[in-house]
Amino acid sequence: MPLDTAWPEGTVHQVPYWVFQRAEVLAREQEMIFRGACWHYLCLEAEIPNAGDYRTTQLGELPVVVARDAEGVVHAFENRCAHRGALIALEDGGNTKDFTCVYHAWRYDMAGNLKGVAFRNGIAGKGGMPKDFRLEDNCPRKLRVAMFCGLVFGTLSAATPELEEYLGPEISGRIRRVLNGRTPEVLGRFTQALPNNWKLYTENVRDSYHASLLHLFFTTFEVNRLTQKGGLIVSKSGGNHVSWSAIEEGAASSEYAQQQIRSDSDYRLADPSLLHGFQEFGDSCTLQILSVFPTFVLQQIQNCIAVRQVVPRAVDRTDLHWTYLGFAEDTAEQRIMRLKQCNLVGAAGFVSMEDGCVGGFVQRGAAGASDQQAVLRMGGHDALSSDTRATEASVRGFWKAYRAATGL
Amino acid sequence: MLSEIANFQAAYARCLDDQRLEAWPDFFLADAVYRVTTADNHRRGLQAGLIWANSQAMLRDRISALREANIYERHAYRHILGLPLVEQDAAGATRAETPFIVARIMRDGTTDLFATGRYLDVFARDDAGALKLRERVVVCDSSRIDTLLAIPL
Ligand code: FES
Ligand SMILES: [Fe+2]
Repeated sequence: MPLDTAWPEGTVHQVPYWVFQRAEVLAREQEMIFRGACWHYLCLEAEIPNAGDYRTTQLGELPVVVARDAEGVVHAFENRCAHRGALIALEDGGNTKDFTCVYHAWRYDMAGNLKGVAFRNGIAGKGGMPKDFRLEDNCPRKLRVAMFCGLVFGTLSAATPELEEYLGPEISGRIRRVLNGRTPEVLGRFTQALPNNWKLYTENVRDSYHASLLHLFFTTFEVNRLTQKGGLIVSKSGGNHVSWSAIEEGAASSEYAQQQIRSDSDYRLADPSLLHGFQEFGDSCTLQILSVFPTFVLQQIQNCIAVRQVVPRAVDRTDLHWTYLGFAEDTAEQRIMRLKQCNLVGAAGFVSMEDGCVGGFVQRGAAGASDQQAVLRMGGHDALSSDTRATEASVRGFWKAYRAATGL
Repeated sequence: MLSEIANFQAAYARCLDDQRLEAWPDFFLADAVYRVTTADNHRRGLQAGLIWANSQAMLRDRISALREANIYERHAYRHILGLPLVEQDAAGATRAETPFIVARIMRDGTTDLFATGRYLDVFARDDAGALKLRERVVVCDSSRIDTLLAIPL
């Protein structure tokens, strides 16, 4: 790929803007990230609990079916008919005993194996498939599937390391903290169409620096301040991260007032019950944002639990899929609290609506600056865990993993 | 009743489109429910909302957050409401279903079709006899929201 601007080898504290702007970069990402050696979130096991249940999703541009067979085994395969390429499944999900392509009625089982070809033997002895046509040679590509704490991941590549190795022990532990031993229930699904390149969102998720500066709601109600106890975990690969914060008594500080940062006001809630959450995890951690390279996010903000999946639609368009979660174990009061706290997140979220527009501000701001670069020097040049969130270490971590995956 | 509800809906739309957001919670009873969801979630009986409130105070908080805390590019809506279908339910409550389309006008003049959907309403009277919403579920037809939902629907 001829790229007119150099990106110095190994540099992750400077990111050239052309990576957010070029069609040929997205094409390379589709191949080397979305169809490459990465694990991609597909769905929740709880969304396909029964034999015959399926969901459709995407690895970037690649459409995928995730399905549970009669034995309870979960399979994932490309949602592309092996005949002439039509989508095999058209709905978001459902229950079926098999899949029949609408175009010429080729039929597939729950694992994506071709089971039937209409008029295979022709009609009245004429036409039909040649004698050497074998069903088993004609299947959509199958994904490797791995599950962890009820999350279903898939990858097209044989080279992707085992899922738990890919996640790393610290990230695995933090997923367990939120999901382990419970039965998730979907409370709602929403899609937010972002007017920006997908990486501006995956950067944003890993950007612990902006949280208390852009999102005033958090800061004012002491849900999240950089001066709270908190920290950042970056996986060895760089690509996965956890940003967390915890309530610490008496931690009020004057840093915000001194810097005259907009994030300080006398704003108070008329209905403070929004923030009267319940103890759910046996620790004081009120916020845990976790990402898995490239596009998966698991979020705990107080009692609001959600998974987010990032799907690029074009160089400057991205779909962000939110799935809000409760648990079968919730009491009625706990369920109400989760629904209430859903106000914090999503497209209308008190602490996340800004993330819907800020990526667009970068996309537009840097439009004429493909040969310029973003500066990611907060907290140094490396991509290591730290006990402060006043750092861009996990954003650098993303770029470390990105450069390794794409060779850019 | 129909004309009173039609009038109510027109006043509600004008309030939002004129950016008189502080007056918006006054269309609701103190213990009202207001939710914004999508047709897909509604059909499946999924309870979560883009906005989920079970008190008028929560609606006031949403407006003060928009005014004082949240960051978004300046924009306005134009609501076009269809005719309300008004019914008394078995319990004697007045219900109405009113379709809407909402155009979003951005700071730079870009005008988009932002949302279509319907209001599923339960009306009641407050102590002074004024018509108010006991419940409004805003069911958007599409499951995709562009960029963000700041001003309520
Ligand atoms: S494309 Fe599917 S059967 Fe022909
Ligand atoms: Fe954010």
